[in-house]
Amino acid sequence: MKISQIKELLDAQVVCGEENLSKHVYSACGSDMMSDVLAYVKDQAVLLTGLVNAQVVRTAEMMDMICIVFVRSKQPTKEMIELAKEQGLVLLTTKKRMYEACGKLYVNGLVGNGEMHD
Amino acid sequence: MSTDLSETVRCMTEGLQFHFDVDGDNFTSAGQASVQVKKNLRQLGIPPETIRRVSIAMYEGEINMVIHAGGGTADVYVNESSIVIVLDDTGPGIPNIEQAMQEGFSTAPDTIRSLGFGAGMGLPNMKRYTDEMQIESTVGVGTKITMKVNL
Repeated sequence: MKISQIKELLDAQVVCGEENLSKHVYSACGSDMMSDVLAYVKDQAVLLTGLVNAQVVRTAEMMDMICIVFVRSKQPTKEMIELAKEQGLVLLTTKKRMYEACGKLYVNGLVGNGEMHD
Repeated sequence: MSTDLSETVRCMTEGLQFHFDVDGDNFTSAGQASVQVKKNLRQLGIPPETIRRVSIAMYEGEINMVIHAGGGTADVYVNESSIVIVLDDTGPGIPNIEQAMQEGFSTAPDTIRSLGFGAGMGLPNMKRYTDEMQIESTVGVGTKITMKVNL
């Protein structure tokens, strides 16, 4: 799935990284606990979260993710946007809640890590 | 975890070394050293999966230093066979290392949990992503963590 498709499915706004919307992603994860993302995530390129602080961007960078979707209309701070731009990350923001946003992406083929290795 | 890595660290001084002071007063800046190490390792042509393991382990350690110890120092040594990360702080120390290593055990305050950390996964993650890890800690003196990732 292209990141541009995620934008459409979630009716999301692009905060930054417009130039990378054509990149392909194959799996995603949703979490507000960065500790869990660091512990359990493997090879997911997209992070859905309702958490807003600089460590969300750093966690994504550490995990080699390329897109963060902020759910529940959360808006990343100026500092987060600068960090994301430095790393070439796409930041999206959607009005949808976490459950619905994950569900929309899942039924359209963006799986979690488990399914990728089944 | 009980492996003595001091000899390894001594040998590592012959390779490349990156030194960082980790600011303990600013949670927002935590992780800057790990981001820099990731960039440096990329430039050195280290395999991506190894870079990821090193940077996640160091990032967790950096976050821990900021949350619990008021900062400290981070040194990364790179040679042909391995990458060694040494995190040193003069914080309160870890009274029970075995307990601290259990997944889910945490002494982090709620303020830190609200920032997405403090789930008791930091130290277990550091062990998970590295080949060797040694913790030396004295209550009231500080903690030194040495981690090694083989190349």
